[in-house]
Amino acid sequence: MERNEKRVKTVKEIIVDTSKCVGCRACEIACSAFHTIPKYSSVNTARSRIMVVMDEFRDIFVPIRAGQYTQAECNGRNRYMIDGKEYDECTFCPASCPSRSAFREPDSGLPLKCDMCESDPPLEKPMCVDACTFGALTYEEREEEKAEQETRGDIEIAFEVLAKKYGKKKVMDAFTRLSKD
Amino acid sequence: MRYAETGFQLEVDLSKGSIDKVETDPEDTALLLGGLGMNLKLLFDRVPPGTDPWSPDNLLIFGNGLLNGTFVPGANRVSVDTIAPVNGFLGHSLMGGFFGAEMKMAGYDRIVIRGQAPDLVYLAIHNDKVEIRDAGHLRGRLMDETQTLIKQELNDKRAWVAALGPAGENRVIMASIDCGNSSAARTPGPVMGVKNLKAIAIRGTKDVYIANPEKAWEMCSRLRKELDLNPNIGDWMATDEDDSFHHNNFSWGNARVRRKTFWSNELEERWRNLKYDHMSRWTGCWNCPKACHNLIKWPNRRRFSYKCYGKDTYHMAAFQELDFTYEILPIAMDLGLDSYSTPQVIAFALELLDAGILTEKDFPDMPSDIRQKFYYLLHKIAYRDGIGDVLAHGVSGAATIIGHGAEEFDHNTVKKFEQLPIKLGKLNPAYFLMIATGEEMAITQTEGSFPQDPITDPKLKEEFINNWVAVPDRKFHEWFRQWEKRDQLPDQAMVEISDWNECMHYLDDSLGLCGFVSSFRGQFGGTTGYHVWNMPDLITLVAGIESDKDRLWECFQRIRTLARALNNRRGLRREMERPPEDHWAVRDEEYEQQLLTKYYDFKGWTFDGIPTKETLEKLSLGYVAEDLIKNNVLTGDEVTALKDPRANKEKE
Repeated sequence: MERNEKRVKTVKEIIVDTSKCVGCRACEIACSAFHTIPKYSSVNTARSRIMVVMDEFRDIFVPIRAGQYTQAECNGRNRYMIDGKEYDECTFCPASCPSRSAFREPDSGLPLKCDMCESDPPLEKPMCVDACTFGALTYEEREEEKAEQETRGDIEIAFEVLAKKYGKKKVMDAFTRLSKD
Repeated sequence: MRYAETGFQLEVDLSKGSIDKVETDPEDTALLLGGLGMNLKLLFDRVPPGTDPWSPDNLLIFGNGLLNGTFVPGANRVSVDTIAPVNGFLGHSLMGGFFGAEMKMAGYDRIVIRGQAPDLVYLAIHNDKVEIRDAGHLRGRLMDETQTLIKQELNDKRAWVAALGPAGENRVIMASIDCGNSSAARTPGPVMGVKNLKAIAIRGTKDVYIANPEKAWEMCSRLRKELDLNPNIGDWMATDEDDSFHHNNFSWGNARVRRKTFWSNELEERWRNLKYDHMSRWTGCWNCPKACHNLIKWPNRRRFSYKCYGKDTYHMAAFQELDFTYEILPIAMDLGLDSYSTPQVIAFALELLDAGILTEKDFPDMPSDIRQKFYYLLHKIAYRDGIGDVLAHGVSGAATIIGHGAEEFDHNTVKKFEQLPIKLGKLNPAYFLMIATGEEMAITQTEGSFPQDPITDPKLKEEFINNWVAVPDRKFHEWFRQWEKRDQLPDQAMVEISDWNECMHYLDDSLGLCGFVSSFRGQFGGTTGYHVWNMPDLITLVAGIESDKDRLWECFQRIRTLARALNNRRGLRREMERPPEDHWAVRDEEYEQQLLTKYYDFKGWTFDGIPTKETLEKLSLGYVAEDLIKNNVLTGDEVTALKDPRANKEKE
């Protein structure tokens, strides 16, 4: 097995200070405009990969960034009581999931996921952060030293796939048989 | 392809139960922009002059500003227009927040409501799916719970609901339409009520297109940063706790008592603590870098938000302190009552009681405590119970019904519309003109571009002039330069100052820009976010409509003249254009009339205050001229005011 040197990874983080959010949705607007083709040619917050969960009269202002697509909805859920009102777990969930329409392309239903505005040349910071004049969203890049990571060669990957499909024993038997020939 | 606008309006007839998505003419957009401009044309074309505002034939229009729903910062205002039951003239109100942008994303530039539903209904809009739904179960529901219940019913937390409270259902003149932290107060509320429309819920997931994406984005990003850093725009009252201006200068009670030394450092400190001890945060509107709303949680009340002078109206009407406003506002808002006119109506009623025109019998079981009296009357009005049924007509309407000298106490209305409670010493000519002639009825919807006061220090004055980008013409520089005393400038300057002030509001209200980053905010500091020099670029880049300063100015003239013609056709004439008699202590009738004549003449209007045929035709409003002639409002041979023989008589 090959072993790599210690590796430094850049971790991109958006820090959300919900106490500073005023609910103007500039983040949603900038996100949706940036991700259209051509860039900035339309606004549609339903296409945004960030959404501000807002319930003004309960003082709820939570910008949430679209996370991973999930194939199945959760089998158990939490319920939150905030300021006397009940919220289900989905309210603050970043996933694009079959149980709801949030973070899906409104036309195709395809899942949306935040890509931190990856772009060539790279932006100084994601569009939502740049649009937030209130400091509710800030951007940080952190260098993180990753533990030694193993990389696997083609053969290992092939064996792994086979083992997964047929079980280790069958693969070992086959290997033994072949090596006798 | 239409940019910034969708090119469609939703037309709902509640009598027939019909729903139509109608394509609009882009030529109209080029002439009238959107928002107020387009609404005015609909009202002029479709509401015949004799129509009773309460009748099903009246229209209620929620019109998106042209730039709403795009990334233009501070563009979110919906112009809500109708024929107002209070006086039979144009009823105009503005709602910020998110309703407009959501409407655009649902695919509509405006929603035009006509007719009257046989029973209480609400309108549910999700893109092309539009339903008129039964609202029987929402009857009598408060503002906040109505919005919450409808969102639950539609299973859509992201929907925006513009609703009425009980006051609107009961057709109270002071009823407002609320949507989250925003409201369309004054005039449209009761019309929505008589149409039996409890609410409009809207959700949209469609694209709003931008004509020149790269350049538009670059300009709007720059503007957002400029607006953010500009200290002269937004609402100062959100952060500046020195509110001596309103408390020492405005009148308390029924616009009656000035307390010139009310404010003190001790009070300021105490109120500052009161506010911040109960404030959750500031909140904002769609894509605006200013957060003007103060979100307050008062004990035993639901959380609520207010902005600007809404902070003062209740406690000033009741001679109380800020804590009273904080405790009564959430109740008044839930009942769906406007916080500008309602306190005046209550103070007016209590004055009539003091004067013996109304008696104890009219107020059965009213508590003796002043605060409790306000609660008592608030509920009486919202539910039209007893004397509340009379007061629900507003100050002017109630005064007429009550009679016996009550009319004398109606001393703060223009065209039956309650004004800011300002009672000053010397006449201010520009303000005289704006208050007398303002089609948008409230001075805050008319003033704002030219500073309220001169700068006396010559160095500071020049500095101000050098930084004064917003002026549409250099002559304003000269007038400002020669300006020493508030009321002293040539009449021509007063007329043109009024004109420019109006211009900015008409443009804002048609483009969707908020007055707090534009029209209203030039009067203190001069540096507005928007002006006639950058608006044309925005229109071109975002909406794809060729524009420049002159074309834009003509749009203003067209829209403003259309508003005037609409009101003329409904009977508006010169003699109605009078600020309250005690608005200034020292008055000069002759001079005021001369001013009015000069203003009319400058506008190309007749001595009676009606646009001439020539003026209308010059502004591509030939169809309006024809209509006014057909309705005997014009003969077509009129001359402008100064050429009228009556003007010469005035001079003699």
